[in-house]
Amino acid sequence: MSEANPILSCHGVSCLTGGRRLVADASLELAGGSTTILIGPNGAGKSTLLKLLTGEIKPAGGEIRIAGEPLAAIPAWRLACLRSVMAQHARLAFPFSVYEVASLGVDGIGRALTRQRREAIVAESLTAAGVIDLAGRRYQTLSGGEQQRVQFARVLCQLEAGRSIAGRQVLFLDEPIASLDLCHQLALLDMARSIAARDVAVLIVLHDLNLAVTYADHLVVMDQGNIIAQGPPAKTLDDALLRQVFKVDLTLSRAPAPGLPFLLPQQHRGRPAA
Amino acid sequence: MTLVAPTPAMAATLTTLIASRRRAGLLAIAGLALACLLLTIVAIGQGAIPIAPGRVAEILMARLTGDASLLEGRDILVVLNIRLPRVLLGLLVGAGLAVSGALMQGLFRNPLADPGLVGVSSGAGLAAAATIVLGDRFLAGTMMKLPFAALPFGAFCGGLITTLALYLIATRGGRTSVATMLLAGVALGAMAGALTGLLSFVSDDRQLRDLTFWSLGSLGGASWTKLSVVAPIILPLLLTMPLLARGLNGLMLGEAEAYHLGIPVQRIKALAILLVALAVGASVASAGMVGFVGIVVPHLIRLSVGPDHRLLLPLSALGGAMLLVGADIVARLIVVPAELPIGIVTATIGAPFFLWLLLRRTSLIDV
Repeated sequence: MSEANPILSCHGVSCLTGGRRLVADASLELAGGSTTILIGPNGAGKSTLLKLLTGEIKPAGGEIRIAGEPLAAIPAWRLACLRSVMAQHARLAFPFSVYEVASLGVDGIGRALTRQRREAIVAESLTAAGVIDLAGRRYQTLSGGEQQRVQFARVLCQLEAGRSIAGRQVLFLDEPIASLDLCHQLALLDMARSIAARDVAVLIVLHDLNLAVTYADHLVVMDQGNIIAQGPPAKTLDDALLRQVFKVDLTLSRAPAPGLPFLLPQQHRGRPAA
Repeated sequence: MTLVAPTPAMAATLTTLIASRRRAGLLAIAGLALACLLLTIVAIGQGAIPIAPGRVAEILMARLTGDASLLEGRDILVVLNIRLPRVLLGLLVGAGLAVSGALMQGLFRNPLADPGLVGVSSGAGLAAAATIVLGDRFLAGTMMKLPFAALPFGAFCGGLITTLALYLIATRGGRTSVATMLLAGVALGAMAGALTGLLSFVSDDRQLRDLTFWSLGSLGGASWTKLSVVAPIILPLLLTMPLLARGLNGLMLGEAEAYHLGIPVQRIKALAILLVALAVGASVASAGMVGFVGIVVPHLIRLSVGPDHRLLLPLSALGGAMLLVGADIVARLIVVPAELPIGIVTATIGAPFFLWLLLRRTSLIDV
């Protein structure tokens, strides 16, 4: 992990809404080739931090830089080449087809590309997200999980189209596997890692601690608007943190081969509520 | 470098799918454009003095090529001075209303949005009613000099003021809330309706008759002068469609997502709102309150070719133009020698269609 030259860096970033501090003094760096996973309980400020880093909301203080430039100074279309974002819920107002939804990713910033190239990007992204066989279907007729994978395909399209303009890119995924079955959860996270392997900085918000530990190069733990801990997953997550942040009294175990921590919620059953 | 290559079979299926969609889109545009041209020629021929479509085409060609030898006879006067401006006004107002409807629906991400629904038409209507009723009393001097300009100008101001009020009410910190805008639109529309009612209450018999006829809509007063006032206001909307289409497609995902895609969301919204206010104001001023064009046409187009705005906007323009010119033929022929107000025709077609849409909304809109 090239800590020395991160693609995105943020220092002392905070966000206030109605006197409440949603994110306080957050600092982190996202490096190319590395998958960062952000975990934390509900309302910890994960999505708000993501919105700050994508430029959707302006921070009350602190500094965010992408590829060395201050985020606030980058115009929207160039920002779209530098980073691609998959939000939590995406609902469509009109019955677009799956192909049209995915194409939205290349229609804007891919205008300079040839039509053949744009169509190839969409085909590859639909394949990568495992939804190419749904291409002709209406988005609304799909299940929640299928819709989520179509959105993933759209985000991949944008990333691929932006590649021709910006060499260093960031991929943001906010709870991308919330509606997926286990097989597709693993497939999506595998795909996210293989995108990271192409020197993209990947930031994922996840709730499943076992998957977070398995897929993260760098784990970031948030609670009540603060970044509580960050680092390699094996060193970051421990029993004390689980108790303090997630309010569960569970003991981490170690998986045999890579020595990664894992959690069995079975321990919790039958215990009186804390 | 490829991400994941699709299997050749899948890639071929996808290519076929894209090609067939593109063909369908081009075919629809070409087909509607041709149909619109034919309807225009037929419409020019209809009326108290029937003129054969062939003769109409001949006269139009002669006018276009400047061939003066053919330009004599009574039918030439009828075609060039009476029917042509009327049909052109119908095409322009129909296209403007349908595109305004499609833009509003895209902007609000709500398939039931329409300039009539969010109060823009009512605001323009109130201003026009005020011009009719109060104009005589307070603007007598000006009205004498500019009788044709006072009504369009008033209606346009009314439409713009309503739209700006809506925008100001619904925008906080640079972001426009669609829900607030819809609700505020309903309230503003009701207010404008009440004030228009008050105006008709205090108006005299002649004004009341003017008001009634005008509020039901008509293309009857069309002239080249009127057209020269209306065209420069509606045409910018029609010419800007390609610029707005891509942005509106992105907006279908939501404003945050559109921003992530690199779309200048606030600029697109402001431009669309301004153009709609202009077009609706000009339409209301020149043809009165013509309802349902903005909602029926875009829905029909979506049903046949899908919701992609790059097709939806130009096809809506063609469809709206055809609907209004077609409705005008009906309005002129059904009670000869009198004329039915065109708003009655469009509402008679539009309202049942709208109800039918609501009944089958699950398959169409998914809200």
